[in-house]
Amino acid sequence: MSVEVNERPGDVTTAQHPPLVKLVGIKKHFPITRGIIFQKKIGAVHAVDGVDLEIHQGQTLGLVGETGCGKSTLARVLMKLYDPTEGQLFFDGEEYTKFGRNKMRPLRREMQMIFQDPYSSLNSRKTIGAIIGDPFRIHRTVAKGKVKPEVQQLMELVGLNPEHYNRYPHEFSGGQRQRIGVARALALKPRLIVCDEPVSALDVSIQAQILNLLEDLQEEFNLTYLFIAHDLSVVKHVSDKVAVMYLGRVVESAPGDTLYRNPKHPYTGALLSAVPIPDPDLARKKKRIILEGDVPSPIDPPSGCRFHPRCPRAQFPKCLEDDPELLPHHEGQLAACHFPLEDESILEAIDVAEEPEKAEASTENPKPA
Amino acid sequence: MAEPLLDVRNLKVSFPTDDGLVKAVENVSFTIERGETLGVVGESGSGKSVTFLTVMGLTNRKSAQVEGEIIFEGQDLLKIPVEELRNIRGSKMAMIFQDPLTSLHPFYKVGDQIVEAIRTHQRTSKKEAFDMSVDMLRRVGIPRPDERARQYPHEYSGGMRQRAMIAMALVLNPDLLIADEPTTALDVTVQAQILDLIDRLKEEFNAAVVLVTHDLGVVAEHCDNIQVMYAGRAVEYGTARDIYYNAHMPYTWGLLQSITRLDLSGSKDRLKPIQGLPPSLIFVPPGCPFHPRCPYRFDPCDKVVPELLPANGHHASACHLPLADKERIFQEEVMQRS
Repeated sequence: MSVEVNERPGDVTTAQHPPLVKLVGIKKHFPITRGIIFQKKIGAVHAVDGVDLEIHQGQTLGLVGETGCGKSTLARVLMKLYDPTEGQLFFDGEEYTKFGRNKMRPLRREMQMIFQDPYSSLNSRKTIGAIIGDPFRIHRTVAKGKVKPEVQQLMELVGLNPEHYNRYPHEFSGGQRQRIGVARALALKPRLIVCDEPVSALDVSIQAQILNLLEDLQEEFNLTYLFIAHDLSVVKHVSDKVAVMYLGRVVESAPGDTLYRNPKHPYTGALLSAVPIPDPDLARKKKRIILEGDVPSPIDPPSGCRFHPRCPRAQFPKCLEDDPELLPHHEGQLAACHFPLEDESILEAIDVAEEPEKAEASTENPKPA
Repeated sequence: MAEPLLDVRNLKVSFPTDDGLVKAVENVSFTIERGETLGVVGESGSGKSVTFLTVMGLTNRKSAQVEGEIIFEGQDLLKIPVEELRNIRGSKMAMIFQDPLTSLHPFYKVGDQIVEAIRTHQRTSKKEAFDMSVDMLRRVGIPRPDERARQYPHEYSGGMRQRAMIAMALVLNPDLLIADEPTTALDVTVQAQILDLIDRLKEEFNAAVVLVTHDLGVVAEHCDNIQVMYAGRAVEYGTARDIYYNAHMPYTWGLLQSITRLDLSGSKDRLKPIQGLPPSLIFVPPGCPFHPRCPYRFDPCDKVVPELLPANGHHASACHLPLADKERIFQEEVMQRS
């Protein structure tokens, strides 16, 4: 069953429908100022620096990258929690870049967000009935007397006991709190949900529960997700398409399987090779592309290709001077690199278990002494 | 066989609270040899951190009720006076924590914090100690260590802070390093660097390492032995290969099946999470503590507490299922994820 799902060609829908969300040339720069009364701009943090994205109805776009690559800023721009410095935002064909508070309000019903930290994203002084019911009260989509049954229905939907309506967030575990966050996001029947690291703070066993819940809800309500995480294996599990960000730019995007089997950008390769494999024999055989150093400061990003100071394949002076564009490689795959990875180098670094059967066979034979 | 570096026998730790006695650790026994890496895996509240905080003597002696023996290099740490324990802690065994920002002091320069660690245990001049800390920062891979030693923790990135913590822990050449979720707060790329670093330094210093984590995915490559904990008990113990290729305990199966895997194609398969939530440590279920969540429970499970019994060699599990069934279920159901 999995194969069909996996190979569901995202491109068929692409041709017929316009994307639900479209971002064109989005930039978000945060000014750095000096002085108290006369504030003078002395620089800017280039948090997001020219990103184009499209998400289609019913699909999941995964967004991965290290801390500080701008993935959360991008999500907040998409939600119009920040105004973009440059670029255009479209929802369902309509541009909303310049919308003010009032005009945004109906759109807010269509897009909701789930946050990383289930502890700080819930008001600890409100009962969870009030937390999940707030969207109804603010947007007045449900008559006052009907809020409680609606909330309880939502609670049941996300796997919470509706009798716990009057409890406070501290009475729930991390996983249950994340379910509350999901219920709140679903209250207004949105079409798009931005999930910003929804499972990073949870134990693995609970992570799996929340991922399954998100999958079920997507199927039931034909939801569209923008799924942000730093864990590639989680992103690959949920996403139809994955975009890799580095220093405010998308450096590669491709359908999940293509990205894993055939990454083109050396940064993607390094990210993939760093993901731990839960299999001792394979893990010890695997070669790593170890990245030296940390992500450079987005205040003054490197010239040319932004990845060149850490790139094992960088060639000078081209990578230092020339900013690579996102170019198509395989079907649906875009990568921004002058010297993309060739297939052999990828095989060495990451492709240790091309066929799962092979991996299992090798594990069954030798009995531990 | 030489005696093990650390031998924990029947350790019990409980905390009296207003709501009742929290039984955080119940009858846990294990040993660690020199040069070994032990992985300790379990969910939040499984007692894995408390076990090692107790080994380090960091649970409050007044509020915690501790029973059992913790024999480290021949002496029982639970019987020696606090001053002596203080000498051992930091010099012979060291610990690094999950969140490097909260475990470094924000007001002091990183180098000075390492100097303090050195001078607490050794008679050295400040100059000498500072040189030692710069050298140690270099060995953990911090570029320009002499400049970096004069900076404050907030000037470091997350990965660098964890490196600085490791430098501080290892500067006195301890025999045992306990790493409590050392990479949970870090990016995968940095995680790989830190785990490799711990591995390399372990060889260099001939130390033993304990890696405490909730993610079985992380420790496969780095551990010799793995102990799985649930509700304060050790429920399975074996070599890394025993645990990943032939696990005997339904809880371990659940953990293995919860991992999202990059290396398997068709990973859009549904995950099989463990149903339900971990139990309260005040009201631990009778019998096997895992039985309310276990899909394979049968007659004795809710009455008799299973003991941690070795099946072959030193691969032990605490489960009532017959060995043949365990092996069959593992091969048929757990391995068939793809």
